[in-house]
Amino acid sequence: MPINYYIFLAVALFCIGVAGVLTRRNAIIIFMCVELMLNAVNLLLVAFSKMHLHDLASANPAAGIDGQLFVFFIMVVAAAEVSVGLAIIVMMYRNTHSTDVNFLNRLKH
Amino acid sequence: MGITQILFWFLSVLALISAILVVVSKNPVHSVLWLILVFFAISGHYILLNAQFLAIVNLIVYAGAIMVLFLFVFMLMNLNADTEPQKNKWLKIAGVIASGSLLLVLVAALKNADMKSRLAEMGGGNIGLIHNLGLALFNDYVIPFEISSVLFLSAMVGVVVIGKKE
Repeated sequence: MPINYYIFLAVALFCIGVAGVLTRRNAIIIFMCVELMLNAVNLLLVAFSKMHLHDLASANPAAGIDGQLFVFFIMVVAAAEVSVGLAIIVMMYRNTHSTDVNFLNRLKH
Repeated sequence: MGITQILFWFLSVLALISAILVVVSKNPVHSVLWLILVFFAISGHYILLNAQFLAIVNLIVYAGAIMVLFLFVFMLMNLNADTEPQKNKWLKIAGVIASGSLLLVLVAALKNADMKSRLAEMGGGNIGLIHNLGLALFNDYVIPFEISSVLFLSAMVGVVVIGKKE
């Protein structure tokens, strides 16, 4: 497939994630939209790695493998991030009995 | 139009529709289920690109572990559509307009990029197989690999400290 189809698909998924972060007020849904954005970037990295393989395979049979390892590390960091974030949200629910991010504006005043 | 093209368009439409439904569903549990469908569609894309290791890891780690964690938290808190926080209509419209503008700017910037002839190789190539990825991971990326284990340990300690009742 031409690479620009993948670019536009990833851009659309990323923008849907941005829309979710900006419009929803539930902290867990915001978290899920961040995951959606991370996955859009992962898909784009894999597509670019295969594009480099297509271009450079004759010179270097392992061209583009770095992109797939980056995706692997993004997944590792996302797993750690989700565990800490959900712990913080559970803590917040225990204190305010809600997951509304509007309750978290205490830093303002 | 070959089977690969048909699968590409099917998975793309599935991913986009489920992603929109993640954002618009009122019930948080439905949101989680739609997000799992998005992850399945993206895993299908990885398989089409012959990145088999990442496809399986995406299913196991994201759809298997992370989404189950989300579902557990939802069920622990007993959230449903009625407990959805009240929100401002204008804030919603502003959010949609802002992200739509971002989409517009990115598409306009990338529309005329000179990439019509660049192809992402489907099916061929074996860099996505676990043998090659493992060799690269333990030769060139040993240090990041070990650092990520420290990251996991610190995340675990952090979760226990945060979640502990004082």
